[in-house]
Amino acid sequence: MAIIEAGIPFPPRQAGDRSAQAMAVLVLCAVLLLVMIIASLTVGASGTSLLQSLFAWASGEPIGLREKVILFDIRAPRTLLGALVGASLAVSGAVMQGLFRNPLADPGLVGVSAGAGLGAIMAIVLGGMLPPAFAVLTGMYTVPIAAFAGGWLSTILLYRVATRKGRTSVAVMLLAGIALGALTGAIAGVMVYMADDNQLRDLTFWGLGSLAGATWTKLFVAGPLIVLALATTPFLARGLDALTLGEATAGHLGIPVQRMKNVAILTVAGATGAAVAVSGGIGFVGIVVPHLLRLSIGPSHRYLLPISALLGAAFLLGADMISRTIVAPSELPIGIVTATIGGPFFLYVLLRNRGLLDM
Amino acid sequence: MKNLFLSGATALMFPAFSMSVFAEERVLSIGGSITEIVFALGEQDRLIARDTTSSFPAVVEDLPDVGYMRALSPEGVLSVDPTLIIAEEGSGPFETIEVLEGANIPFVTIPDGFDRAAVATKIQAVAQALGVPDKGAQLAAEVDAQLAALDTNVDAPSRVMFILSTQGGRIMASGTDTAADGIIALAGGINAVTGFEGYKPLTDEAVTLAAPDVIVMMTSDGDHGSADQELWSHPAISTTPAAQTQSLVRINGLLLLGFGPRTPEAAATLHSALYGEG
Repeated sequence: MAIIEAGIPFPPRQAGDRSAQAMAVLVLCAVLLLVMIIASLTVGASGTSLLQSLFAWASGEPIGLREKVILFDIRAPRTLLGALVGASLAVSGAVMQGLFRNPLADPGLVGVSAGAGLGAIMAIVLGGMLPPAFAVLTGMYTVPIAAFAGGWLSTILLYRVATRKGRTSVAVMLLAGIALGALTGAIAGVMVYMADDNQLRDLTFWGLGSLAGATWTKLFVAGPLIVLALATTPFLARGLDALTLGEATAGHLGIPVQRMKNVAILTVAGATGAAVAVSGGIGFVGIVVPHLLRLSIGPSHRYLLPISALLGAAFLLGADMISRTIVAPSELPIGIVTATIGGPFFLYVLLRNRGLLDM
Repeated sequence: MKNLFLSGATALMFPAFSMSVFAEERVLSIGGSITEIVFALGEQDRLIARDTTSSFPAVVEDLPDVGYMRALSPEGVLSVDPTLIIAEEGSGPFETIEVLEGANIPFVTIPDGFDRAAVATKIQAVAQALGVPDKGAQLAAEVDAQLAALDTNVDAPSRVMFILSTQGGRIMASGTDTAADGIIALAGGINAVTGFEGYKPLTDEAVTLAAPDVIVMMTSDGDHGSADQELWSHPAISTTPAAQTQSLVRINGLLLLGFGPRTPEAAATLHSALYGEG
């Protein structure tokens, strides 16, 4: 794996050189997110508008059951969940790129996506075979629960493989992740073979991701986990910055490298596991958002992590609005939207900034 | 005497029941065969939207499409403002149904099945949901009579293989417990592939071993001539009796596999394709 160190400003610039710019971007992204949240509550297939309903309510008109359900049971949990999922995907991507010192790194590298995907596939295909008592217990949440468990199991497995004498080798983890990916892919293949055609449809839709299944229950289960994971990231920023110089140097700088790796991996597994479990396979957010930000605010994780969270959330809400209005009253899987917008846009940015895109 | 009394009581009760149900009802039909049944019952004026799999009769395509039946979005469904949702078994996902129940919209699931009895059950269940059980009983009896009237007894039943797709030279065929298996039986054929349930890719050797006399596929757009040639030149297919006689039947997928009011037509069409007219 190439260690890209060119992103470290050399000779070192004055501290805070890009701080002003980063602060401006931070504020901009926060405003953008706020706009997206309001828009997400306002836009939708049904034409119900948050503002209209609020005005009507303020002037003493009762809100109809239909409006209530659309605003509070459909759009509100969906918007919150979309923001949290977007934030966790983008931040996880940024953390992984920092930890692996590889611009292509994304949460998939710690095996969490592969494991979660396998968990979901197994739940979809084998769900009917569960003992009835268990099926009653988990009910409609069998797939998210299995996805979350699968994500965690594979992360722990990879971590154990890559850790020797208390030191975790990111290179071993990367390679073992590829091996584990091949294995989960094979088991997924068996499941696809066993699936009937309805289950095949479900698998396809799951793989393309969707926020359509957002409910308060999902939000209450996944939300705290994602928030907790995001809350640890500010403590990672200094360590990830130091790590750009290499593990040994980071250690000399007083960074508890091993502990930081543990926290980073747990954070990513928690945030991504929860996000994937509730929204399926939404690709590209973890790559596009951090790189886009590095171009404008530089590689310092102090700003990169929080702004990634804001922009990731705003980006996913925007994509979700397109996904649920473009073919209304039907819905386009959101993974298609993120990749269709993200891919070409990212290419354009790369072409404009060739040579600038260092980590 | 007792019968007379019972039917009298039903007649008295029925108007009251239908009055309450009829008031400005907006029906969303999910599942191709459910939509066909709604039309066959003459209740299509109450339909306000459909799902992607509902494509017959053609006029139904003018109605808004709320998406694929297993991937419905709650707001998409609510946006067409239904007061009653009639859905084929397997529609979902659960989260969407949960939200719709929260919005107090009745969601009626119609059981699926692939034999003669299942068609009648389905029709009656849809009619019940629409509040027209007498029409339902009548239509179910009609369709059932049509199915019963089919003379599918033949001296030498054909071995039939239903091929769902031949993507990349891989034969996806129907095993047992599928709509294809059901319609082959109704048409007086024998499913040549019985080793598994559902639709699965077959190895070339299994295709040879199944030795179908006739191959049935769904019609698709495009050049059938060249598609047929491709099928017959498939190494495994070319070894079958079907290839020697070039016996291939193509029937519209929804007609063939829908298990609705057009199933007698589908069975008759398939029967005459298998055994010739009369």
